Amino acid sequence: MTSNSAFNVDAVRKDFPILHREVQGKPLVYLDSAATSQKPQSVIDALVRYYSETNANVHRGVHTLSQEATDEYEGARSKVRKLINAKEDAEIIFTRGTTESINLVARTLGTQLIGEGDEVIISNMEHHSNVVPWQMLVDERGAHLRVVPINDDGELLMDEYEKLIGPRTKLVSIVHLSNALGTINPAKDIVSIAHQHGIPVLLDGAQSTPHMPVDVRDLDCDFYAFSGHKLYGPTGIGVLYGKRELLESMPPFQGGGDMIKSVTFEKTLYSDLPYKFEAGTPHIAGVIGLGAAIDYVTALGLDRAEVYERELLEYGTEQLQAIEGLRLIGTAHQKGGVLSFLLEGIHPHDIGTVLDTQGIAIRTGHHCTQPLMQRFQIPATARASLAFYNTKAEIDALVEGIHKTFEVFSQ
Amino acid sequence: MSDLIDLYQEMVLDHNNRPRNFQTLEDASNTADGYNPLCGDQISVYLKVENGVIADVGFQGVGCAISKSSASMMTQSVKGKTIAEAEALFQDFHTMVTREPGAEYDASNLGELEVLSGVCAFPNRIKCASLAWHTLAASLHHKQDEPASTE
Repeated sequence: MTSNSAFNVDAVRKDFPILHREVQGKPLVYLDSAATSQKPQSVIDALVRYYSETNANVHRGVHTLSQEATDEYEGARSKVRKLINAKEDAEIIFTRGTTESINLVARTLGTQLIGEGDEVIISNMEHHSNVVPWQMLVDERGAHLRVVPINDDGELLMDEYEKLIGPRTKLVSIVHLSNALGTINPAKDIVSIAHQHGIPVLLDGAQSTPHMPVDVRDLDCDFYAFSGHKLYGPTGIGVLYGKRELLESMPPFQGGGDMIKSVTFEKTLYSDLPYKFEAGTPHIAGVIGLGAAIDYVTALGLDRAEVYERELLEYGTEQLQAIEGLRLIGTAHQKGGVLSFLLEGIHPHDIGTVLDTQGIAIRTGHHCTQPLMQRFQIPATARASLAFYNTKAEIDALVEGIHKTFEVFSQ
Repeated sequence: MSDLIDLYQEMVLDHNNRPRNFQTLEDASNTADGYNPLCGDQISVYLKVENGVIADVGFQGVGCAISKSSASMMTQSVKGKTIAEAEALFQDFHTMVTREPGAEYDASNLGELEVLSGVCAFPNRIKCASLAWHTLAASLHHKQDEPASTE
């Protein structure tokens, strides 16, 4: 595959075995990649190969298997570093997922920085995983959450963001690509504005990392959090990128094995980065699987996938907007492959059930963004989310399924 | 498709479009709120219990066609019943919606509620159908401060 060739979605689909199964007697149309992505065969093979051939604990044994497992584990760390263009491997911390990555920062840097009366800035479109950890922290500390408002298209009001920054602002944590709306936020501007005031910024990259090239040094963010399972890798594995100087100044998150240099009952010396933040036996298979997923998207080219997904999104937006009685929620100028919608008079769960009988998988509900639903004064949406393995024919199937839904409800 | 037609029967859609007893009761003796955290459905049930009999009942809330129609039919079917009868009806209803598709169930007291029998073919919608009933049970036990939950 050369970078100039047309994106060959048929070839890509062959790499994902699950896309060839049937659901309810119909070919699966998987439009729920924002919840979790499907896995290419190479990722599945990497997991099987690890457990069949190299299973051993890492950083512990002098035996061959342990060495091989450690090499693969640390090799995956380098792959993550390259994927997001971090400066060094030590800045890549493996976690259970985006949620744990954010909690890690809240529980370490957060407890160092936030005192009574201080403020943490988030936005109105955050996933609960980027709301609740901060809420828990500020409640404990007698501090406050400040929320950047959005407009009706689902775009951040950057003027309001600037106004919210004040002498008590200690941290900014904002989503890069919204899971419920698809909005791509101006991450670089968000960071540079905060940095003018010396405030560190965490970006929630759960939805952006699988769909566009991410360069943490270009963004200049202080932390970047994402999950393996949305990036075509296994569940239960995630990443926290952090700038070395911040990670070094932070206390450990959890205590245990592998995060220590020496332990006596009087005093424990903690390991250097990144191990200081990786207590206990890690999810070794998950890390190796994530490494395989990164190999896959790197060979494919996330830049090419992004262009293809944008075409799909434009096609899907056109097709859905042409349906009478359908309202799109999330119409930002800069958008990723998320189509959140409402059908007049039909609750999203009922849409989801009718579509499921057609073999079409979408997500319905509040998408773990209840404050965002409150902003739009809606209880839920139906959400079709795209990945590079989707096709225009699948969008046509969605459109047909929506017409069918109207039919069922107009009896 | 036949499962789908079974699920969304005309009467279900009718209760969804025109929910019965869709009101708060100012003089309620028992109330409870119910949530389905999975999908954000929310319901409040209001009862006026007199001498062990449900004299009046109302509900408010937001939810899908299944949860709303189930709530509407629930209010109609428990009005005038004793608390013990209402609880027994919940048991019968619960058995009907949670059984294996095709399995027998006791329909003798269910009446109109039987239009929701198709829910059993959609396991991820059982919680929608039973939310109103769980909330009713919570209100009967005076658990006003403790929201009912299907989780």
